[in-house]
Amino acid sequence: MSLKARACIAGAYEHPTRLAPDKSVAQLHAECAIGALNDAGLSLSDVDGYFCAGDAPGGSPLYMADYLNLKLGWYDGTESGGCSYLAHIEHAAAAIAAGHCSVALITLAGKPRSSGQATGTAFRAPPFERPEAAWESSFQWTIGGLYGMMMQRHMHEFGTTLEQLAWVKVAASQHAQHNPNALLRTPVTVEDVMNSPVISDPIRRLDCCVITDGGGALVLTRPEIARSLKRPIVKLIGSGQTLQTNGGGYIDLTRTGAQRSGAAAFAEAGITPADIDYASVYDNFTIMVVAQLEDLGFCAKGEGGRFVADGNLISGVGKLPWNTDGGGLCNNHPMNRGGITKAIEAVRQLRGEAHPAVQVKDCRLALAAGPGLVLGSGHAHATVILERE
Amino acid sequence: MTEPTQAPAFEQDAFAAAFPETREFWAAAAQGQLLLKTCDDCNRAHWYPRAICPLCGSLKLRWVTASGRGSVYAFSTARRAQPPYTLAYVTLAEGPTLMTRIVDASPDSIAIGMPVQVQFQASDEGRMMPFFRPADQ
Repeated sequence: MSLKARACIAGAYEHPTRLAPDKSVAQLHAECAIGALNDAGLSLSDVDGYFCAGDAPGGSPLYMADYLNLKLGWYDGTESGGCSYLAHIEHAAAAIAAGHCSVALITLAGKPRSSGQATGTAFRAPPFERPEAAWESSFQWTIGGLYGMMMQRHMHEFGTTLEQLAWVKVAASQHAQHNPNALLRTPVTVEDVMNSPVISDPIRRLDCCVITDGGGALVLTRPEIARSLKRPIVKLIGSGQTLQTNGGGYIDLTRTGAQRSGAAAFAEAGITPADIDYASVYDNFTIMVVAQLEDLGFCAKGEGGRFVADGNLISGVGKLPWNTDGGGLCNNHPMNRGGITKAIEAVRQLRGEAHPAVQVKDCRLALAAGPGLVLGSGHAHATVILERE
Repeated sequence: MTEPTQAPAFEQDAFAAAFPETREFWAAAAQGQLLLKTCDDCNRAHWYPRAICPLCGSLKLRWVTASGRGSVYAFSTARRAQPPYTLAYVTLAEGPTLMTRIVDASPDSIAIGMPVQVQFQASDEGRMMPFFRPADQ
């Protein structure tokens, strides 16, 4: 069953906070929920479908549904790391199309910054019950180390350069200077990135995203309901998701799940990457943007470094306006999970509500894509394509 | 009077104990041998060792003693760790690639494709893990 145009994103909200020591995670989820419902012109009593991931207190929809006192006909706690919320968009559309619910709420929130988490550089031991844990935990891998190996392989196989990768951060910083809520608002240069200290070879500090408290929420609904609201119509016209495994020990660190999730989303939408006016592509590290742009089909495999260089991701300057909120690299990476903010900025662009300095003129087709967890050790990916009616 | 037999360290290791089907691996590792689960049907070795072949779904698997040799697929040195250490993926001569660390080598001497050989080191929990060092000439 195609989900094309069966559901609309009627509400989108990014929490303005980046540091919230005095709020609970439940409070942040709830503030995001109310923010997205207010944006849509709906209320909590309208919600009959609820979607959240492992960041929700208790790791299940149960406890936030109780906190919000939701009256539900459908719920989904799919946990696939940072892309969970992009997968939830597809799941919500499927539930709406199947008649399980009419107003679907998706929330994300967390406080890694105020809790002092060293997301990329500290080893977090997996539970021993996990089947890969015995074989990997002793090496105390870090997220920076795993993405460092990905970056090194990409440079080795395709000749991608550190300067090309630095342009990804430069573009994010050019956009973030216009976002009053962004954590890092000062534009940086290629030289700034090149001169930033190495975290885990070859990743430098400025190749990494920020660590922030906060969250976001989305509201999806049936097209008939969306048309009754006072907001521009943003339809989901394509979606795809995958779990990419270690292949039983036969890995390729340069290829992401975007190959599969992107192909599914473009096929359903009936469009090609050349049709996309604006792209939100999850930027936990600069290399992940380059690899995903290749795997989504914006350029050939191995050409991503050349594609992103020379400002080509800067809105109004380059050929692909990208992460115009400043992305995870400069704006926000709430709870170490960038999926929902990717969808939120895509909705802003399609509504014409992005900052005027970065707004894409007549933005009609937008993509939001991102990974979850880490390549080579349990990797998810999801892509959605949205159209303004 | 005979001494009570000391249980192997890996039997006290929660990570190893949770997977009884991998006991032979840890017993061999304690003797410095690297075993690979290899499929009787597709004849390929996989990693990490499982009760089914993830390459073809067969249940007919045997343990095969691996050469312990391989080459560096990718590596990344955690420069800010104290002391710095080098995380790596090593592709074994038998085919599969595994996560490990490169030891007994200065980070600047490591390169993709460099020949390496296994060197078991005890985990904090007690099982012996396959680390890798530059191969003997």
